[in-house]
Amino acid sequence: MSEIFYKEAVRDALREEMLRDERVFLLGLDIGRFGGTYKATQGLWEEFGGERVRDTPLSEAAIAGCAVGAAMTGLRPVAEIMYIDFTTIAMDQIVNQAAKLGYMSGGQARIPVVFRTQEGAGRSSAAQHAQSLEAWFAHIPGLKVALPATPGDAKGLLKTAVRDDAPVMFIEHKLLYNTRGEVPEGEYTIPFGEARICREGSDVTVVALSRMVLRALEAADRLAGEGIRVEVIDPRTIVPLDIDTIVASVEKTGRLVVAHEAYTRCGFGAEIAAQVMERALYSLEKPLKRVCGKNLPVPFAPVMENFVIPGADDIVRAVKELL
Amino acid sequence: MPEAPPLVAAERAAHPLPADLLKGLHRTMLRIRRFEERAVELFLTQELPGFLHSYLGQEASAAGVCAALRRDDYITSTHRGHGHVIAKGLQLDRMMAELYGRTTGYCKGKGGSMHIADFSRGILGANGIVGGGIPIAVGAALSAKMRRSGQVVATFFGDGASSQGAFHEAANLASCWTLPILFVCENNQYAVSTHCGAQMRIPDVALRGASYGFPGIKVDGNDPVAVYLVTSDAVERARAGGGPTLIETKTYKWLGHYVGDPGAYRPKEEVAGWKANDPLPRYERYLIERGVMGEAEIEAVRGEVHAEVEAAVEFARSSPLPRPEDALEDFYA
Repeated sequence: MSEIFYKEAVRDALREEMLRDERVFLLGLDIGRFGGTYKATQGLWEEFGGERVRDTPLSEAAIAGCAVGAAMTGLRPVAEIMYIDFTTIAMDQIVNQAAKLGYMSGGQARIPVVFRTQEGAGRSSAAQHAQSLEAWFAHIPGLKVALPATPGDAKGLLKTAVRDDAPVMFIEHKLLYNTRGEVPEGEYTIPFGEARICREGSDVTVVALSRMVLRALEAADRLAGEGIRVEVIDPRTIVPLDIDTIVASVEKTGRLVVAHEAYTRCGFGAEIAAQVMERALYSLEKPLKRVCGKNLPVPFAPVMENFVIPGADDIVRAVKELL
Repeated sequence: MPEAPPLVAAERAAHPLPADLLKGLHRTMLRIRRFEERAVELFLTQELPGFLHSYLGQEASAAGVCAALRRDDYITSTHRGHGHVIAKGLQLDRMMAELYGRTTGYCKGKGGSMHIADFSRGILGANGIVGGGIPIAVGAALSAKMRRSGQVVATFFGDGASSQGAFHEAANLASCWTLPILFVCENNQYAVSTHCGAQMRIPDVALRGASYGFPGIKVDGNDPVAVYLVTSDAVERARAGGGPTLIETKTYKWLGHYVGDPGAYRPKEEVAGWKANDPLPRYERYLIERGVMGEAEIEAVRGEVHAEVEAAVEFARSSPLPRPEDALEDFYA
């Protein structure tokens, strides 16, 4: 095991896949010479050249569409959309084209494209650079959705994403790039649809997405001091979703908190909650709780931003209310 | 702006086109015409589900463009796409079966009229989103360039799509990367019901080529030979690494936006004028005058195409319907 930054894990995964398969190439705004806004592609332009690490004009629809066309015709592009907020401009290509053309062509097309992007609040970037929109993509049949919370998962999941023949939304978190974590030595991948039990516990299950996994672990640490044993589960991919692991945990604890930064209303937590109720309603000893973003645009001033985005305190409070 | 007619006239004089090419253009146009006439009838008698965007009147445009392409060159098409895919070489029977939603259709009944695709013929799919196929075509052109395959791409779209942001983004990107692509704008004068004069303040979409730094050429879209020559020129340029070309084929959709739209927003004289400029009889006169084909041969081809279309209808009618649970197949995510 070695400890590296999340941004390095992303870069290493891309580098290894580019070395392994010459069909893999990158395109996006500022990913080349500049190394990416969050430096997740740093050094790749120097190593692979502008042909395979392609700087594009500021054109999200063209970036996404160009990736779809290249994927349909024998290449394996990884397209970066700098902020998930900007996928709005590329939405036709992601939702109507990438997600559907394989199916609509009667299975003729394979579209092995990865859309790399990042989401999340916490940098005082205001409402157009701070959203968490994973539920939009999870709603669309034909897209897989990964949200790595650690460097180890970022690397292993991204390598899997590049090798997948279906379109993948690979959603990083802007405040995770400079976090460190252990990464296995040598070649490894992490399959989609396998949740990680980050911490075992028997009192309450907390299912958290992306950076909220770190806050859930922080909350679990604090609660452990009070003798409360929290089980923290990171689904890692929400499409496909490892509901079995979540249900098994709820059957054990009888109590569920779901936590994400995305807006509460129609957030992916609602889907997790619905699936748990379909499968294990009578295992729940109390109504489940959602600790999610407020149904508001994310405000600019740090004090207000912190108010709308949940933190470890909110998870601690929710867990205690369930006991 | 370079215009087609002088170039075409000069080339015609200097390099008479081979008879089999000229005859091929004719057969393609007839196949499109007869397929579309029959599809409209079948739609109006409610044999076909969904809705239908007829290509009637625009046949010369698809025939001319696709005749200049190789089998492995790519096209992307539109909601009004039957003509493009027929010209690119699809079989009428499997096309008709797709319109009927049968398992023998090109997309096994999952796409329908607006989404016919055949990757083995370079047809990356017709598209229901106006302008949606254009960035995809740019990606295919990038792929061709990166794989050094020598393929070129023709992306068909209409005058309406030229107002989409996707067109602008795609054209600019293709220009930046000098990609082997032809942007083929079939200007059939109307975006649904809105005349192109109300959508832009320039007389020709072709003028927009200049803003991306590549040639924009307008051509009589009802003259298959003119379209072929202009396209051949652009294909040659693209294959040689010269980058994109915008070709605007001026033509007219005879029916409204979809079959069932009476098109009352169009002046009667305008419709009559364009119908008088029907590309088929006009081209047949040309072939006869040049001695390429005689009346009898043309009549024989008509008979063959008629029979081919009837056989396609019979094939589609007798093909199995999908089972409901076939909806679960061909899904990979």
